[in-house]
Amino acid sequence: MSGWWSDRRVGPALGSAGVLVLAIIAGMTVYVLREAWPSFSANGLAWFGTGGDANVQLENIFRSEPPFEYMLRAWPLLYGTLLSSGGAVIFGLVLSTLTAVFIVEFAPPSVVRILEPVVRLLAGVPSVIYGLIGVLVLVPFLNDHLISTERKESVFYVIQLTGQSLLVATALLTIMIVPIMIAIAVDALRSVPSSWTEGALALGANRMRVMWTIALRAARPALVAGAVLALARALGEAIMLAMVSGGVIFAPNPLDGSTFFFEPIQPLAAAIVQGAEGITVKPYGQTLFAFAAVIMVSSVGLSITGWAVRRRLRRFAA
Amino acid sequence: MSALATPPQERPPRLRTDPSGSWRAWPLRDRVLLGLCWAAGLALIAIAALIVLYMLVKGVQYLRPELLWDRPEASIDQSRSGGFLDPILGTVLIVVGALVIAAPLGVATAVWLTEYGKPKWLARMVESGIEVIAGTPSIVLALFGLAFFAQGGLGFLSATGEGGAVFGRSLLICCAVLSLEALPLIVGATREGLLSTPRHVREASYALGKTRAATIHRVLLPVARPNIATGCALGMGRVAGDTAVVLLLGGGTLQLTTNGSIPGLNYLQGTGSTLTTYVYANSPSGEGGAPEKAYAAAFLLLALVLVLNWAVDRIARGSNERLGWTR
Repeated sequence: MSGWWSDRRVGPALGSAGVLVLAIIAGMTVYVLREAWPSFSANGLAWFGTGGDANVQLENIFRSEPPFEYMLRAWPLLYGTLLSSGGAVIFGLVLSTLTAVFIVEFAPPSVVRILEPVVRLLAGVPSVIYGLIGVLVLVPFLNDHLISTERKESVFYVIQLTGQSLLVATALLTIMIVPIMIAIAVDALRSVPSSWTEGALALGANRMRVMWTIALRAARPALVAGAVLALARALGEAIMLAMVSGGVIFAPNPLDGSTFFFEPIQPLAAAIVQGAEGITVKPYGQTLFAFAAVIMVSSVGLSITGWAVRRRLRRFAA
Repeated sequence: MSALATPPQERPPRLRTDPSGSWRAWPLRDRVLLGLCWAAGLALIAIAALIVLYMLVKGVQYLRPELLWDRPEASIDQSRSGGFLDPILGTVLIVVGALVIAAPLGVATAVWLTEYGKPKWLARMVESGIEVIAGTPSIVLALFGLAFFAQGGLGFLSATGEGGAVFGRSLLICCAVLSLEALPLIVGATREGLLSTPRHVREASYALGKTRAATIHRVLLPVARPNIATGCALGMGRVAGDTAVVLLLGGGTLQLTTNGSIPGLNYLQGTGSTLTTYVYANSPSGEGGAPEKAYAAAFLLLALVLVLNWAVDRIARGSNERLGWTR
């Protein structure tokens, strides 16, 4: 173990692996933004706005001859992304907090032994399987049993209700992002100093009060970090959403009452998958890259935020 | 992601003092909350059980032995569209290929971060960089791969069309892009193993006159081997389950095609499909309306994920027994 493998060489050699990681991130940012640029520069800030029918605009982009057409108002896609991932994170926060408290404090050891592998299993199930269950089980069920004919007729002139809906997308997305939130919350709740919780118990609070007022409050940054990381995950989920959202770009209207939940959405990531066949068509491909750029920038921002929050948490715990 | 990458550890039993007696004496809102906690936990178990059971029933119902060794054919007639031999081989190729790229890179990064980590600002940047890659959706990685590997200089990795246009799609390119998805899991698990190795293990090695590099090679890596294995198993699960990258970069052919003249490598340079893209293509969302075959392939995929999950558990449990001496 002498000669080449000296300490002086091994350190930088291993470090170059780390630098490669940074180079890959830089490369990714440059390549995606460069491809996306024509779409942004042609539309300006109006890219993020509303106006016209995005289905028609994408169709025009796809068919355009040089000089290319880039006109797009992508708000319905952004809105679909926000609705599905925002809804999933809100439901996920409730579900994951309750489950984490359950795992840490109340579940009998035998239930914990089942629940922990279950959480890891739910995190490991490929998104295409969630999508398959969604499109072959949930969507037909919704279409046959929950959406009445009157409801379909009531919005018939705007949009066709097929069961491919906001409801199914959000429900499946919640199940997909909940495991990561539970994992982070459980870690944080377990690292709350036991002297704090025992002190509260000694003062006469019951176990639920202790979890609610002491442990969860101490673990709040972790819950935020979990929600932020889960949001990044939800923004980028493509395959499952492409399978359960119809091929139509539509912005569900909250004024429609409960029909709102049965209206289809088309998030950005799903739009990329559905347009994947035409990605070699220049202006259309560049538009898809613009979708990816929006997802990339927001998920990178969210990951760094989550990382910073968790890092501060570690310092606090030490 | 690192939270999921942590292998379950044996922890001391939590002190469950119960001064306020049973929950029956609690105020109503606390009893309601307790009920909600139970409901949430049991609901997750029920959902997981339903998914597994449903896929099991559908899998047993539709999986025929001949599906496993028939090659897929593009045909509208479902009795002639064959099985999914090629997607199975494609999945294996991609998982192995991505791991071959990601494992050395991930272990090296993790060792550098924990054992060297100098200069400090660089280590911090790399650390957050790993987190960024973990948080980058696979669809973005796929598009990055598409833009990056379609450059002229990288044409040897994939098929080139007439006049030198680089196709930029092959299983090898899928492996390269998917290795990025496995990387954070491997780094996270390896770091976890190195960090949980106490100082005295390192110090004993230094006291014997070993250099840092020798300590890493002879002591730390063997100690962290179960963690590395856990990370690899998690990474394999992630790669096997990815659809977006293979859908965009796999070339979209059902059968494995060859490209180039070096046997073995030519399959990697060619196009193909994996179980995930096969499921996608045969679902109502893809072009083929063959839900039976999608179910059968999805069942196989889920079985693979379950086996990898089980392996992670086994590795973690085994390491707790064997590596007691380090604690």
